[in-house]
Amino acid sequence: MDAILKTEHLNLWYGDNHALKDVSLEMPGHQVTALIGPSGCGKSTFLKTLDRMNDLIPGVRIEGQVLYRGRNIFDPQVDVTWLRRHVGMVFQKPNPFPMSIYDNIAYGPRTHGVRGKKELDQIVEKSLRGAAIWDEVKDRLKKSALSLSGGQQQRICIARALAVEPDVLLMDEATSALDPISTSKIEDLIADLKKSYTIVIVTHNMQQATRVSDRCAFFLHGELVEAGETEQIFSVPRDKRTEDYITGRFG
Amino acid sequence: MEHLSLRRRLYDRGLRGLLYLCGLITCALLVFLIAYVFYRGLGGITWEFLSTQKSYINQTDGILPNILNTLYIILFSMVIVLPLGVGAAIYLTEYAANRRLAAVLEFATETLTGIPSIIFGLVGMLFFNQLLGFGYGILAGGLTLVVMILPTIVRTTQESLKTVPQAYREGALGLGAGKWRMVRTVVLPNAVDGIVTGCILAVGRIVGESAALLFTAGMGSVVNSLWEAMTTSSGTLSVALYVYANEHADVAAALAIAAILMVITLVINVAATLAGKALKKKQ
Repeated sequence: MDAILKTEHLNLWYGDNHALKDVSLEMPGHQVTALIGPSGCGKSTFLKTLDRMNDLIPGVRIEGQVLYRGRNIFDPQVDVTWLRRHVGMVFQKPNPFPMSIYDNIAYGPRTHGVRGKKELDQIVEKSLRGAAIWDEVKDRLKKSALSLSGGQQQRICIARALAVEPDVLLMDEATSALDPISTSKIEDLIADLKKSYTIVIVTHNMQQATRVSDRCAFFLHGELVEAGETEQIFSVPRDKRTEDYITGRFG
Repeated sequence: MEHLSLRRRLYDRGLRGLLYLCGLITCALLVFLIAYVFYRGLGGITWEFLSTQKSYINQTDGILPNILNTLYIILFSMVIVLPLGVGAAIYLTEYAANRRLAAVLEFATETLTGIPSIIFGLVGMLFFNQLLGFGYGILAGGLTLVVMILPTIVRTTQESLKTVPQAYREGALGLGAGKWRMVRTVVLPNAVDGIVTGCILAVGRIVGESAALLFTAGMGSVVNSLWEAMTTSSGTLSVALYVYANEHADVAAALAIAAILMVITLVINVAATLAGKALKKKQ
């Protein structure tokens, strides 16, 4: 089992707040790893660290390593745009740009230098098909992405992330702002996408974790309590705290 | 009990009357001012007044030079202040990693907006006209206005940059966009309505400014090309108003200019509102 993404003794502080404590976790290729745990446990922080999106926040200090295909992403020689091109992010709230659907999808490829109209057309279609929304929007690619429903917007954001042909897809509670039908569409999509991508999701929803993930990692107070096969975590958790959480005793 | 409630009713009614009176007086003053200026000023606006310069031989008034000078100084100031102010605002809002420095700069710009314009005029004269030897003209006057308006442009631009949702920035960066690409493609297009509104209001301040220009651009009333006007004493419309009223004791001409300035101000304010609305809708 090859880990595409791996953290080793990862520690993170927001000022004095020790938000991640010595987290070592492997995220294997072509699998869905779900990060679970109560609010404020550090799972979102952990996810953002994998893409170096925490760089945006002032006062953050990080120790330890995050290895993407064996390279430490905090190495000064690693270009953060290179990293984010290979490790894409879908955010909790759908955040399409206020542009046309087409321009949203083409944003990433254009950023990385794709200019040809034909090539862009192909990428846009492929990405929208990949995110299972092509049939719904193919006749209105020039319309504003903001005219779509929340669920459609989130799939546009997934398509936008796919358009730069990433290797890893990080999803931060990508369905928490959506209705049940849109949620199930996106869950089906995740199952489909893992054939081509390595996926890490943050979820509050235990059913969702069991439905879509192959592996689970349970966080509590910044610590990684337990990680393993989803089936094992949900049937025979090794740690009492994991058991308490998944059976709904807190969180 | 009844007694109290009666008192309260009277108190309520009295207070409401007082507030009504405040509103009435405010409106009345405004209407009176506008009506008075237009009533006495509009008659003085003739084609000759607008299209010639003052002639002592023919004994005619004309404000063409002042109209041109006003346009020159708007053009010159805006060409400098716009890139400078928007650039500074982008730096402060999007780039400045040193939050303390940014806070100091923000405080400084805020303070600068409150300084009386005549102080800008005085310092501008000492620095641009005398120390740098530019003399009276659009160059010294325009640069003085740049210093004066810069904080306003920085503030309005910053305010509109801050209204762009953080999620757009995260989305762009998450796709591997560099900072400048993010600013150019996602942040600026969504802040442009605020920037345009700020610019139009800045033009309004230029048109209305007199104190800062008396010492720096001068009061000249001869038609010049933009190039000549740079270092030749060049009075704008507001300055001309002062000159006509004070030096020539020609109140009729001053009122005609006042009417023109009021129309321009109205046009500018309407334009700012419309531009802001139109650009917002486009998104």
